[in-house]
Amino acid sequence: MSFRCHVAGVVSAVAIGLSATGAQADILFWSTQAKPVEEAQAMREQVLSGFSGGVDYQPNDGGPWLTRLKAELESGTGTIGVLGALHGDFAALDPDDLIDLDDLGVKAASETFNTLARLGTDHMQYVPWMQASYIMAANRKALEYLPEGADINALTYDQLIEWAANVHEATGEPKFGFPAGPKGLKHRFFQGYLYPSFTNGVVRTFASDDAVVAWEKMRELWSHTNPASTNFSFMQEQLLSGDAWIVFDHTSRLAQAFNERPDEFVAFPAPAGPKGRGFMPVLAGLAIPRTAPDVEASKELVRYMMRPETQIATLRATNFFPVVDVDLPDDLPPAVKAAGDAIARMSAAPDANPGLLPAGLGDKGGDFNRVFVDTFERIVLAGQDIRAVLDEQKQRLAQIMQETGAPCWAPDAPSEGACPVE
Amino acid sequence: MNARLLPYILILPVTLFLCLFFLYPFVLVAAQAFTTGDGFSLENFREVVGYWKFPISLKNTLLLAAAVVPVQLALALLMATMVNRMRRGRDLVLYIWTIPLGISDLAAGMIWLAIFEQSGFLNTILGAVGAIDRPVNFLSYQHMGVVFLAIALAEIWRATAIMLVILVAGIGLIPKEYYEAAEVFGAGPWQRFRRITLPLLRPSLQTALVLRVILAFEVFAVVAALGGTLFPVLMSETYAYQFDLLDSGAAAAMALIILAISIASTLVILRVLRVPKGASI
Repeated sequence: MSFRCHVAGVVSAVAIGLSATGAQADILFWSTQAKPVEEAQAMREQVLSGFSGGVDYQPNDGGPWLTRLKAELESGTGTIGVLGALHGDFAALDPDDLIDLDDLGVKAASETFNTLARLGTDHMQYVPWMQASYIMAANRKALEYLPEGADINALTYDQLIEWAANVHEATGEPKFGFPAGPKGLKHRFFQGYLYPSFTNGVVRTFASDDAVVAWEKMRELWSHTNPASTNFSFMQEQLLSGDAWIVFDHTSRLAQAFNERPDEFVAFPAPAGPKGRGFMPVLAGLAIPRTAPDVEASKELVRYMMRPETQIATLRATNFFPVVDVDLPDDLPPAVKAAGDAIARMSAAPDANPGLLPAGLGDKGGDFNRVFVDTFERIVLAGQDIRAVLDEQKQRLAQIMQETGAPCWAPDAPSEGACPVE
Repeated sequence: MNARLLPYILILPVTLFLCLFFLYPFVLVAAQAFTTGDGFSLENFREVVGYWKFPISLKNTLLLAAAVVPVQLALALLMATMVNRMRRGRDLVLYIWTIPLGISDLAAGMIWLAIFEQSGFLNTILGAVGAIDRPVNFLSYQHMGVVFLAIALAEIWRATAIMLVILVAGIGLIPKEYYEAAEVFGAGPWQRFRRITLPLLRPSLQTALVLRVILAFEVFAVVAALGGTLFPVLMSETYAYQFDLLDSGAAAAMALIILAISIASTLVILRVLRVPKGASI
């Protein structure tokens, strides 16, 4: 236990004491999602207000979220009723600390999601809650610089680079925007988009010759990227400010731009490389920790969250899409429409090459991401030799795969035992 | 109440507090740093030291301390001497100079970010006087020198006051008689400063330097605000181990490394600025 953990433990113990005397009946919904104030408020007022029992919705950063959860699990008594988090957050937990949810009678429409939710065990450890993805967005002013013959809904990486170069030349400023800031989701671009599109894999092909090409393309794209991108984490801000005209990001991190000025921006699918149009879903889930004070009430809340009408309300509040079959109403916010169309085109593209979220990495998810972020920083920012960096980072990646024994996930070819780095 | 016991009873609450909230967590952190799943090991240290960013973050931290602390020392000495000479408005000036002390490091970082960022004050001013055509992005990976300078400036602005306060108190303790005697013998201001103020200020200089240098090794929020991930320092790496990689063992090892550097520099400062026995004021 670090010093921070102890302080946090004491603080949360005090908080527990206070909340226990304050509102005893409320179920504590402890979440890493819908963190921005407006989203959290929308969750409380529009999504959770329809639940028969009281709910105390508390979103937090991943670190504090985990610290409190671990403190409760270690002490054996808790106040958290329901957990809301990303697949990767749950994957880092011990499945024994989560109550099996097979008997709940609710699950996602996608069997892939339901399999992921078992976290490598035979039982549902969490229930898929909502999904999103990463897409591209552009300022309409950039459209006139599209390369000749390019279809914005079926771009290739080469066309994207050319487009960014055209804009760069015309405006005198690099206008491609990439979320490479401290809180940016750049690693997902490498894992779910760049690598699948160029190498048809992520782990096996990490240091392949195709990967060298991919990083060369990344360098080219970077030369037309706003260098302040290393401070960008939510690309909606740069779209709105005009610092970036063409961007890549998580749908919910672009939503504000579309909702505020829907006529100024377009959303479109991620580009395609030689091995297809790689893209990756984002999956959030609901789970119940074994220390939940009232398991039945928590299960009731999870069931409520999975109802079609609640899922649509959640979509409005968070810009995350339903995981159950629902008929989407017509009056959705502009961001939802734009993102929904782009995702639909991306998945329906003839060259679609969908990847899965990293699975089976347990608490090594952060280390796995760091391999990709480090590779980016060394190759693109520090300008080191691609082949040398890949060969060095490859050893760290292989070590992580060996330690966790995680088998390959799509688009890597299946493996027996730990996924090999070839 | 037994008069001999009283002092011990009075410091008991503080001692208990320190044991509970400092010593006990410290022992736990140390234990965590030196153990992995299977008992005692140096694996955590091997991992953090072997990571390619470790030499860079160590270098950045030391460079920053080496650049910031001497400037702060000189500034604080100058300011303390000036304050000491003032007859009127002394308290007011002291209050104003110590305002940055009341601002959290993160807030200080944000203030300087507002100056240096692409749409910040500096760009606006440079644009208004016609020095630049379009806003320049100062805090980018292409201008590492500017990033360093911005962080150093913010640190100097924020933390000079802590040295100032200690030095002002120290100068106040130096008896006026020494200065009067020196003046009688014809010593100029510079001589008086070098031969009287500096030597007699040693104990305060010690305290001020130890405090400031330790804080310099722990620099974090200002760097995070201005440099993001561009400028890794030891503390930001510690944070990344704890909260991004969820590796408390490695974070604990980093914390101990920072502690070791702090202790080493403290010993050096204490040794260099030691007051000879019996030579107190």
